[in-house]
Amino acid sequence: MKLTLRIWRQSGATGRLVEYVLDDLSPDMSFLEMLDVLNERLITEGQEPVAFDHDCREGICGMCGLMINGMAHGPEKATTACQLHLRHFRDGDVVTVEPWRAEPFPVVRDLVVDRSAFDRIVAAGGYVSVPAGSAPDAHATPVPKPDADTAFEAAACIGCGACVAACPNGSAMLFTAAKATHLGVLPQGQPERYSRARDMVAEHDASGFGGCTNTGECTSACPKGIPLTTIARLNADLLRAHTTRSDR
Amino acid sequence: MDTIGLYRTTVGKKVVMAVTGAGLLLYVVVHMLGNLTVFSGPDAINGYGHWLREIGAVWPTRVALLACVTLHFVAAYQLTAKARKARGRYEHRRRVQGSYAARTMRWGGVIIALFVVYHLLDLTVGWLNPNGIPGEIHANVVADFQHWYVVLAYAIAVLALGFHIRHGVWSAIQTLGVTTSRVIGLGVAVAICAGFLSVPFAVFTGLVS
Amino acid sequence: MYFTEGSPIADQRVPAGPIETRWDRRRFSARLVNPANRRNRSVIVVGTGLAGGSAAATLGELGYQVKSFCYQDSPRRAHSIAAQGGINAAKNYRNDGDSVHRLFYDTVKGGDFRSRESNVHRLAQVSVEIIDQCVAQGVPFAREYGGLLDTRSFGGAQVSRTFYARGQTGQQLLLGAYQALERQVAAGRVEMHPRTEMLDLIVVDGRARGIVVRDLVSGAVSTHFADAVVLATGGYGNVFHLSTNAKGCNATAIWRAHRRGALFANPCFTQIHPTCIPISGDHQSKLTLMSESLRNDGRVWVPRDRNDTRAPNDIPEADRDYFLERMYPAFGNLVPRDIASRAAKNISDEKRGVYLDFADAIARLGALAVEQRYGNLFEMYQRITGDDPYRTPMRIYPAVHYTMGGLWVDYDLRSTIPGLFVIGEANFSDHGANRLGASALMQGLADGYFVLPGVIGDYLADAPFGPVDDSHPMVADTVSEVRGRVKTLLAVDGDRTVESFHRELGRLMWDECGMERDEAGLRKALERIPELREEFWQRVKVPGTGERLNQELEKAGRVADFFELAELMCVDALHRRESCGGHFRSESQTEDGEALRDDANFSYVAAWEYTGVGRPPVLHKEELVFEHVTPSTRSYA
Ligand SMILES: Cc1cc2nc3c(=O)[nH]c(=O)nc-3n(C[C@H](O)[C@H](O)[C@H](O)COP(=O)(O)OP(=O)(O)OC[C@H]3O[C@@H](n4cnc5c(N)ncnc54)[C@H](O)[C@@H]3O)c2cc1C
Ligand code: HEM
Ligand code: SF4
Ligand code: FES
Repeated sequence: MKLTLRIWRQSGATGRLVEYVLDDLSPDMSFLEMLDVLNERLITEGQEPVAFDHDCREGICGMCGLMINGMAHGPEKATTACQLHLRHFRDGDVVTVEPWRAEPFPVVRDLVVDRSAFDRIVAAGGYVSVPAGSAPDAHATPVPKPDADTAFEAAACIGCGACVAACPNGSAMLFTAAKATHLGVLPQGQPERYSRARDMVAEHDASGFGGCTNTGECTSACPKGIPLTTIARLNADLLRAHTTRSDR
Repeated sequence: MDTIGLYRTTVGKKVVMAVTGAGLLLYVVVHMLGNLTVFSGPDAINGYGHWLREIGAVWPTRVALLACVTLHFVAAYQLTAKARKARGRYEHRRRVQGSYAARTMRWGGVIIALFVVYHLLDLTVGWLNPNGIPGEIHANVVADFQHWYVVLAYAIAVLALGFHIRHGVWSAIQTLGVTTSRVIGLGVAVAICAGFLSVPFAVFTGLVS
Repeated sequence: MYFTEGSPIADQRVPAGPIETRWDRRRFSARLVNPANRRNRSVIVVGTGLAGGSAAATLGELGYQVKSFCYQDSPRRAHSIAAQGGINAAKNYRNDGDSVHRLFYDTVKGGDFRSRESNVHRLAQVSVEIIDQCVAQGVPFAREYGGLLDTRSFGGAQVSRTFYARGQTGQQLLLGAYQALERQVAAGRVEMHPRTEMLDLIVVDGRARGIVVRDLVSGAVSTHFADAVVLATGGYGNVFHLSTNAKGCNATAIWRAHRRGALFANPCFTQIHPTCIPISGDHQSKLTLMSESLRNDGRVWVPRDRNDTRAPNDIPEADRDYFLERMYPAFGNLVPRDIASRAAKNISDEKRGVYLDFADAIARLGALAVEQRYGNLFEMYQRITGDDPYRTPMRIYPAVHYTMGGLWVDYDLRSTIPGLFVIGEANFSDHGANRLGASALMQGLADGYFVLPGVIGDYLADAPFGPVDDSHPMVADTVSEVRGRVKTLLAVDGDRTVESFHRELGRLMWDECGMERDEAGLRKALERIPELREEFWQRVKVPGTGERLNQELEKAGRVADFFELAELMCVDALHRRESCGGHFRSESQTEDGEALRDDANFSYVAAWEYTGVGRPPVLHKEELVFEHVTPSTRSYA
C-alpha cells in the first residue's frame, strides 16, 4: 500500500512538516516499522532519519508518542503508536505526524519531546515512603479486592503523555490523578495520601501544565483507558489536604 | 484551612469556579421560577417583584452575585491564560471526545456576560426597553418579546447558558471531588432552558399578553 | 584456536558451612560504613530496571551519594516494564508445600545444574522479603476476595508461588522501584541522568572508579566518578536482532567492562521462548511474547504436508500433526520452554510458524470461559496480527527472550574488577543454563533491594581510594578512546545502514547459535562474524553529527559491540560440547533427541577473559559443587 506522510522535522527552535511518499508498505507493518522503513531509505539517500522515541514496541514502556492525523497515538482506541498497524489506514491516505506538543514538553528533535516533567511530578510525592527492609509481612494488611482492582487500573498508566498532548489546556491532570489514585486507594498509601495530592498538584502546576476543565480528551486518547474518575478522586484529596490542618 | 494555598493551585481556582458557579446557578434557578409567575397574570409577577424589594432581597442578592461573577470570571481568566500558555499548537488537530458544551465554556461564558449587561439595561434599568417603566415587569416583558429579534437574542443567550450549565454542573461536581454521570448536567440544563424560553415564546405567540 | 585456557577461578566470598545460614553469616561478616561516612561514599548505578532502580533507591535510602543512569527518557521505562507473567516467592501462602528449600531446589534443577547452590539458596530466602517490600510500596498485586494475595503456577514448579499483577507484573514492580528512586531524587540523595548512555568504564589503579557517558540529547561525552560502579544494564538478547527485548536493550555497558577486564560468564546461555508472534515480513522490528499460560488450553499443530497452503481452518483433522502431543505424550503441549521451542523449529520455520489452536478449548469450555482466561492476550494478538484467535488458530513461533549469561560475579556480586558490581540480568545470574518463568524479576529485585545493599559496604569501607579527575592519564585515555570511536563511526560514511548489519548478524546468530547449535555451524559463524565486523567498520553509514540527538549513532555503537559479543557467544557455544538448558548441541543428545548433559566434563561456569578484538579469549573455569541437589536427567516423554 501507499501512504503520503507529512512529518514534523525540527532540529532547532522551529520546524516544519515535510512530505514523504512511501510505496510498497505492508498492512501488517506497525506504524513505527513504517518509520523504520522510511529512515532506512533516508539514510541510504544520505539524509538524516526522522528521530522518534520508542523502546518496547509492546505498548507498555510509554516511550513512543506521536500525534497521528491530529490524534494522540493515532485513530485506534486504547492503542499506543507502536501497537498501531497500517491495516487501519487506507491505501493512498495522507498521514500527518507531529510530536506531542505542550509547553512543559519541549521538542528535542523531530518527533522526540522532553517529558521529564512527569518524573518531577512523581518525585514530588508519587510514592509510599518505605525503605527497603522495613516492610511488614505482605499479608499483614488485607486489601479489599475492589480497592486493589481500582488501584491496578490507575497504576496501569504508562506515563506516555498522550493525555497532555490531547488536552486543549495542556493539562497533565490525568497522569497525576492516575498516580494519586493508585496509591490513594490502597491502605499502604494512606499516611501520605493528602500530602501526596497537595505536592503532586503543586509540582504539576509549577511545571507549567494547564488546569483541567474536565473535557475528557485525555481519557479518550489514553492508551490505557485511565478514567476521569481518578481526577475527581485527586480533587477530593487535594481539597481535603488544604481544608484540614496541614501536616507539614 | 489554607484558602490561599488552595487557590494557588489550578484545582483551587476550579473549586472557586465551581462554588461561585453553583451560587450563580442557584440564582438562575430562582430567577427562572420567578419568571414563570408571568403565566399567572400581570399581578402575580409584578407582585412578586414588589415583594422581593419589600423583603430587602434585592441588594444583598446583587452584591452576592457581583462577588460570584467577579470571582468566577477572575478564576476563569487565570485558568484560561495558563492553559493558553501550556497547550500545544498543532498543524493538524482532531478532537475525539470533548462535547460541544465543554469546548465552548469560555466563549459561552462571555456571551452570557454580554447578555447579562443587555438584560440589566433592558429589564432592570429599563433604558433599552420599549416600555421601560420600572416596576411594570409584566408590561416590560410583553413589550420586549413582541419583537422577533429580542426573542432571538434572548433565546441564543439562554441556549448559551444551557450549554454552559450542561458542562459546568458536571464539571463542578467533578471538581469538588465527586464523580457522577454527565446526565445530571444535561438534565439541569434542559430544565433551565425550557423554563426561561417558555416566557418569550409565550409572549411572542400571544399566549401571554 | 578459538580460545586458550587459563587458571581456574573460584568464588572467594561465599561462606562455608550450612547453606541455610550462609547469607546471614556473610551479612554479619561484611564490614559496614557508618551513617555519617556514607554521605561521603559515592556509587554509580547504571540502569534503572528492577535491579538498578531498586539498588539506586536503596543505596540512597542508606545515605550513600548515588548517581543513576539510563538511556531512556525516564527511569520508569527500563525494559523490566515489559515483563508479563509474575514473580516467584517462597511465601507458601497456599500451604501447598512450598518452602525456601523447594524454590531453591526447583531453580537449581530448572537451570539444568549449571548454577551455584549458594547464590540460588540466597535468592530463594530473599524472595520472601521482596513481596513484603513491594506490597508496602503499593504494588497492586492481584488479590482474592478475602483481600489476600493471589498466586498462580508457572512452569517448572508444582506449587503455586507466582505473584502477579494481571499481565503487567514487571510494570507494577518497576513502578514501585521507580517511585522509591524518585523519592531519593527529591531527597537529593540520587542524581538522575536519563537519556545518558554509558560508553566505557573507567578503571584507575585496578579499581572501577567511574564511567564515560554520552549525553544523548547534547551529544556531550563526559565522565562521572565514584567509589564504586554498579552495572544493572539488563540482557543482551538483541544480539539476535529480533527478540522480545526492547529495541534499545544492549550489551555496551557490560561489553565495555569486559574489555576493561571483567570476565564474561556463560555467554552462550540464551533462552528461547516458544510462544511468540512470528515474523510477518522483512520490516519486522521486534517480536512479541504470548504468555506461556496459553499452552494450558491451546493445542499446538502444523499441517502434515509442509507445503500445505490452505488456511488453517480449511485443513481437516486428518491432515494436522499435533506434534508435541505425538512426541511427548506425557507432557503434551506443556513441555518446558526449551523443548517446545526446539520441536517447533524442527518441524516448521518462522515464515509459517506453528498453530496454537483454541477450537477444542472453546468447544469444551465455551468462548466466554476462554475469554476470561486469556482475553487480554487474544486482544494483543489481534491488534498485532489482525486475526481473531477465537476463530482462526494463533500462529506462533519461538523467539529469543532472555540471556542467562553475563558478567561473572562472586557471592557479593563483585565482578573481577574491584569496585565493579553487576546485578540483574546483566550478571551471569542464578539461573544456570535455563531460567524458570517468573524468576528474573525475583533476581533483579533481590539483587537491588537486599543483596547489593547488604554487602557493598564491605567494599566501600576501604574508601576513599584517592582522588581521580579528568586529568588522570587512565581517565584521559578512556575518554579519548570513546571520542575516537564516536568519530570513527561517523567518519566511515559508507553505504550500508546499521540496521542492515544488525539484521544480518542476527540472522546468522539465530541460524547458527540459536535453538540448536552444532560444531560446523558455529565454525561457520566464527568465520563470518569477523568478516561482517570488518565490513561494518568499512561500510557503515551513520548520518548526522555527534553533537546532538543522533539515534543512528547510538544504534551503531551498540551493534558494533554486538559483533564482538556474538563472537564470544559462538566460542562459548562451540567449546561447551554438551547440551544443557537453553544450550542444545545437536552432537550431544539422547536417542530420542533430548538434551544430554555432560557433568563429568562441563559442570563448570565458563568465565571468559578478553584479550583483544578478534583475538582468542582465555577461558577460566569455575567448578560447580552440588552438595544439596543431586544432578539428574530431565525427561518429558
Ligand atoms: C517480554 C518479556 C517478558 C518477561 N516476563 C518475565 C516474567 O513474567 N517474569 C520474570 O521473572 N521475568 C520476565 N522477563 C525477564 C525480565 O523482565 C528481565 O530479565 C528483567 O526485567 C531484567 O531486569 P534488569 O533490571 O536486569 O534490566 P532492565 O530492566 O533491562 O534494565 C536495563 C537498564 O539499563 C539501562 N541501560 C542499558 N544499557 C545502558 C547503557 N549503555 N548506558 C546507560 N544505561 C543503560 C537501561 O536504560 C535500563 O534502565 C521478561 C522479559 C521479557 C523480554
Ligand atoms: C449565570 C451565569 C453562570 C453560571 C450559572 C455559571 C456556572 C458555571 C459552573 C457551574 C461552572 C463549573 C465550574 C467547574 O468546572 O468546576 C462554570 C465554569 C465556567 N464558567 Fe461559568 N457560569 C456563569 C457565568 C459565567 C460567565 C459570565 C463566564 C464568563 C466570564 C463564565 C465562564 C466560565 C468558565 C470559563 C468556566 C470553566 C470552564 C470549564 O469548566 O470548562 N461563566 N460556570
Ligand atoms: S494517563 Fe494515559 S495518556 Fe496519560 S500518561 Fe498515563 S497512560 Fe499516557
Ligand atoms: S514503544 Fe513502548 S509503549 Fe510504544
